[in-house]
Amino acid sequence: MTTLDRPARGRDRAAKAVLYVILSLGLLVVVGPFVWMALSSLKPESEIRDVPPTWWPETFTLENFRDLFSRLDFPLFFFNSALVAVAVTAGNLLFCSLVGYALAKLRYPGKRVLFLAVLGMLMVPGMVTFVPQFVLVSNMGLTNSYAGLILPFLVGPFGVFLMRQFLQSIPDDLIEAARVDGAGEFRIFFRVVLPLCRPALATLGILTFLASWNNFLWPLVVASTEDKYTLPVALALYSIGQNRTDFGLLLAGAVVVVLPVLIVFLLLQRHFMRGIATTGLK
Amino acid sequence: MAGAPVATAPARPVGDTPDRPAGSVQRRQRLRRALTGWAFSAPFTVLFLVFMAVPVVVSLVMSFTDLRSTDLRNPFAVNFVGLDNYTRLFGDDLFLKSSVNTLVFVVIGVPLTIVVALAAATALNSGLLRFRALFRVGFYLPVVTSIVAVAVVWRFLLDPEVGLVNNLLRVVGIDGPSWLFDTKLALPSLIVMAAWRNFGFLMVIFLAGLQAIPGDLYEAATLDGATRWQQFRHVTLPMLRPTLLFGGVVTGIGYLQFFEEPFVMTQGGPLSSTLSVSYHIYNQFGFGNYGYAAAASYVLFVAIVALSVIQFRLLGERK
Repeated sequence: MTTLDRPARGRDRAAKAVLYVILSLGLLVVVGPFVWMALSSLKPESEIRDVPPTWWPETFTLENFRDLFSRLDFPLFFFNSALVAVAVTAGNLLFCSLVGYALAKLRYPGKRVLFLAVLGMLMVPGMVTFVPQFVLVSNMGLTNSYAGLILPFLVGPFGVFLMRQFLQSIPDDLIEAARVDGAGEFRIFFRVVLPLCRPALATLGILTFLASWNNFLWPLVVASTEDKYTLPVALALYSIGQNRTDFGLLLAGAVVVVLPVLIVFLLLQRHFMRGIATTGLK
Repeated sequence: MAGAPVATAPARPVGDTPDRPAGSVQRRQRLRRALTGWAFSAPFTVLFLVFMAVPVVVSLVMSFTDLRSTDLRNPFAVNFVGLDNYTRLFGDDLFLKSSVNTLVFVVIGVPLTIVVALAAATALNSGLLRFRALFRVGFYLPVVTSIVAVAVVWRFLLDPEVGLVNNLLRVVGIDGPSWLFDTKLALPSLIVMAAWRNFGFLMVIFLAGLQAIPGDLYEAATLDGATRWQQFRHVTLPMLRPTLLFGGVVTGIGYLQFFEEPFVMTQGGPLSSTLSVSYHIYNQFGFGNYGYAAAASYVLFVAIVALSVIQFRLLGERK
């Protein structure tokens, strides 16, 4: 047997080595652009335009980032993005868990219709609703306001779906026991049910925050003056406007947009993967 | 605690005493249950109706009108025009061009993304244990980052003069083209970038699907003398069918709406070769043609539903 085993094992090892090489090359192609972005944002404009390009900066400079603060209003855009994302996340966590609990554990008329409407809405792309949404928001006088940026995203079908699926796994006995003890429905929800939902809430919170942070179309049409721009809107409009050739400035802007997300992702990647598994396999 | 006036609504009537008039008690309980259920559902439902469900319907109504941005303050100037917007759409060269571009984006982009994702997932699943988490996180990285930021970076990577891509090609003696300024290459460039950005998402889903395939199936196949490729072809692929289907639908729906990439990288050019349907809708909206934009967005919606149905038919039938 050993004479047969040895060449097979050798071939296995060779195959494994090839696999590692291919995967590493893939990793380089995927992560390389981000590394190049980060490094180049620290180069002076002239060096970014060098042919052939340098990989490691010959001169380090924070000039590009300083320009984001002095020539443009990036701290404000950052604040806008963060404010909208926090509000949208808080709204989704609260409202979607409330209705998710009702859909999973309570019996009341209209529940089926509500759930079907939520499921149907999962299919509808943002492109279909944004024109009437804009008409609505502008009739409410909310264009170019934080309320206009936040309200249409305060709840979403995905959050309801996720919370309902999770809440169904919580045993009824627990809720029943709290009822027998005489606790009110909202008390049961906030004291008994919600603490058990922590993993689902974490997943929903991260995914919602991320979607809001990266959201583009809606803030693009609603924010009409610079003071209401979110980061992606500012970056996109500068990159096609008068700053279109300021490579260093735009790369620094991209770093500011990407970096917070990157940090959150690397810290909490387990929740991301679980979130995808939940959405993908149910 | 006994006797405290608390609002309780037992899920089912427990221990009903037979001598009481059961009907009124039950009715009261049913009412209380309904009130509780809707107390929990109301905040969501109001926001959901106002900002999502109603706009879906209004969008359809709007698509049969000549609503323009100037009519917002004066709704009486709006007329129903029947199917005019729809007939105009199919005589609109730019809309037809954008539809073809979008179709190409989907028809080439979705299989490309699936193949890359499946290759990566299979590689990571093939008993290779070290650094698996590293590869998984790395490949997933572009998925979480803003498309706008990614598009800005790629615009520079693809710059014909100073861009990294052409400079790498120069090293091996190839004079790289001006990717985004060439009517033939701009759209393929965006497709490759989309696959680059999105395959990590499918990879994670496929990985979960692969791990759910029972190992004894492979053992049996090995005993029957099946090669690696035969195992992949006759065990992995059939078992992965539902997962592949899901991945195809989700990616297709996303790609049908592609917008940020051309907005940042090409502004739909050169010569509208990267104009997408979403971009066309956005432009029409910008010109103030709300009714027309709504009609175009409904066509897109129908295309999305049709794509899902077709993919379910194609991949779902041989179960």
